[in-house]
Amino acid sequence: MTETIISKPAPADNRRTVEIDSHAINFGPQHPAAHGVLRLILEMDGEVVERADPHIGLLHRGTEKLIEYKSYLQANAYFDRLDYVSPMAQEHAYVRAIEHLAAIDVPERAQWIRTLFDEITRVLNHLLNLTTYALDVGAITPSLWGFEEREKLMEFYEAASGARLHANYYRPGGVNRDLPAGLADRIAEWAEEFPKFIDDLEELLTANRIWKQRTVDIGVMSAQQALAWGFSGPCLRASGVPWDLRRAQPYAMYDRVQFNVAVGRNGDCYDRYLVRMVEMRESVKIIKQCLALMKPGPVKTLDHKFTPPSRAEMKRSMEALIHHFKLYTEGFHVPPGATYAAVESPKGEFAVYLVADGTNRPYRCKIRPTGFAHLQAVDVMAKRHMLADAVAIIGSLDIVFGEIDR
Amino acid sequence: MTALAEQMGGLAGVASAGVELGEVVARVRVEALIPVMLTLRDDPRFAFEQLMDLCGVDWPERGERFEVVYNLLSVSLNQRIRIIVATDATTPVPSVSGVWPVATWWEREAWDLYGIVFSGQPDLRRILTDYGFEGHPMRKDFPLSGYVQVRYDEDRKQVVYEPVKLTQDFRNFDFLSPWEAITSLPGDEKAHAARLAAEKEAKP
Repeated sequence: MTETIISKPAPADNRRTVEIDSHAINFGPQHPAAHGVLRLILEMDGEVVERADPHIGLLHRGTEKLIEYKSYLQANAYFDRLDYVSPMAQEHAYVRAIEHLAAIDVPERAQWIRTLFDEITRVLNHLLNLTTYALDVGAITPSLWGFEEREKLMEFYEAASGARLHANYYRPGGVNRDLPAGLADRIAEWAEEFPKFIDDLEELLTANRIWKQRTVDIGVMSAQQALAWGFSGPCLRASGVPWDLRRAQPYAMYDRVQFNVAVGRNGDCYDRYLVRMVEMRESVKIIKQCLALMKPGPVKTLDHKFTPPSRAEMKRSMEALIHHFKLYTEGFHVPPGATYAAVESPKGEFAVYLVADGTNRPYRCKIRPTGFAHLQAVDVMAKRHMLADAVAIIGSLDIVFGEIDR
Repeated sequence: MTALAEQMGGLAGVASAGVELGEVVARVRVEALIPVMLTLRDDPRFAFEQLMDLCGVDWPERGERFEVVYNLLSVSLNQRIRIIVATDATTPVPSVSGVWPVATWWEREAWDLYGIVFSGQPDLRRILTDYGFEGHPMRKDFPLSGYVQVRYDEDRKQVVYEPVKLTQDFRNFDFLSPWEAITSLPGDEKAHAARLAAEKEAKP
């Protein structure tokens, strides 16, 4: 902690001395409320924040550079490791970029599975965010409850992809493999029970006096400000802008399901919480519809230039063997071009700007992290707020450093 | 979409505008960037309230090696556009942080990773790399392994920086098959030179 005290020497005559006390506080990089390795330099006037200067990059791993040295298929795994709370939503942006450039058709069932898992991811993400956000401002119970629910969802992840967190499940042209037998029933069962949990969680927080004192009218962003500062997702909707990529620019199967877009009014920390709360309920609705509308069928494109042939086929067909070998050594080539593929990740607009030069590796893969824009606005939001409110603001923005630092 | 591209093409300072792979892309001259961006934000025909993304792309073989790519979004008209500006390592690009405040960090990132200079940018510090980092890591001529590595030195009780030492060289596989990669066969140089000349003529 650094501390600077500027004080005037007492003047010779008996005039009153005004002492200006300015502290610079080093918040983080190791602080439980910093949600990762955020170093926040706070210039304080007493207990009031005058200026907040976030220092990021402490978790910078050079993902974009590494991707330039990997084949398209290998690079997919990096997307789980960006925002490690919502892995599949980010894979979705990446595979959509490739599918757009290489004009790959995705079978219907794969699209349904993606929609299903995007929504499971959304619940997974919101559960972590809302509960740790509550933890930051002093409520411990929600996180204890929420992590139990998260565990159930991660079991679905594991059943489908083999991994609880780093799924690496989506593929250009579909998904890695079909859902195992019985998983759909288990998800359906969970979807019946989960709204009850949301009710319980809401009972703890929504009308809670302390919770409201800590979040209502804290970190207010007007609609205009939120747009100018590049907000997206729940943070933008909390400010009263009814914008949701799932509705406005539908991808996967979002144009085939019915759901409501939650929009806030005040743009404060409390509204950001409410929007996420409603979004979880809407996600459950979408999950139920996905399960009802999903039909059996192929889960990846049958064009074996992009997806591997089946094992059985490889034992019989020379062509299939060649395809398999080429795919896992050289990888497929993507025709030259550039595209900007965005998805509504649980945090907001997550996008990949992919430049292909016709080889088997991305020429440039820019990742548009959602939290990057949100974190930048902390300075504006925390200005003239108390130090403890800065913590609430950071919690309400839902930032994850794997994504921001890349 | 084509209507948007046509309207874009009518603006002063726009070198080209068109629809590429279903997305509207416009190339703008550096000196006209700010007026074009202000028009895009304020003109009700465009109404691009949001700058979603700004990034650099490095093309070392080009004279103006860097592309600065702006991805804009209009939430009121539900449309996107991509603006591309070309620059080199020394020519500054006017900062759009006055048009969209969110650009500040994006431009810091482009400066940090590519060394693209933005003029009029109030806060052009490094953002993602280490304190005291040298070089611009996303440039194509910057090695993947970098130049320095850090470790904690038990004797000196501090973190020390050392030149990168790899126990095994970085293996960069060239998967292009000989049929695609070899363009000139031994003894066939004349034909190859003729083909290159023909290609050069085709695109001046």
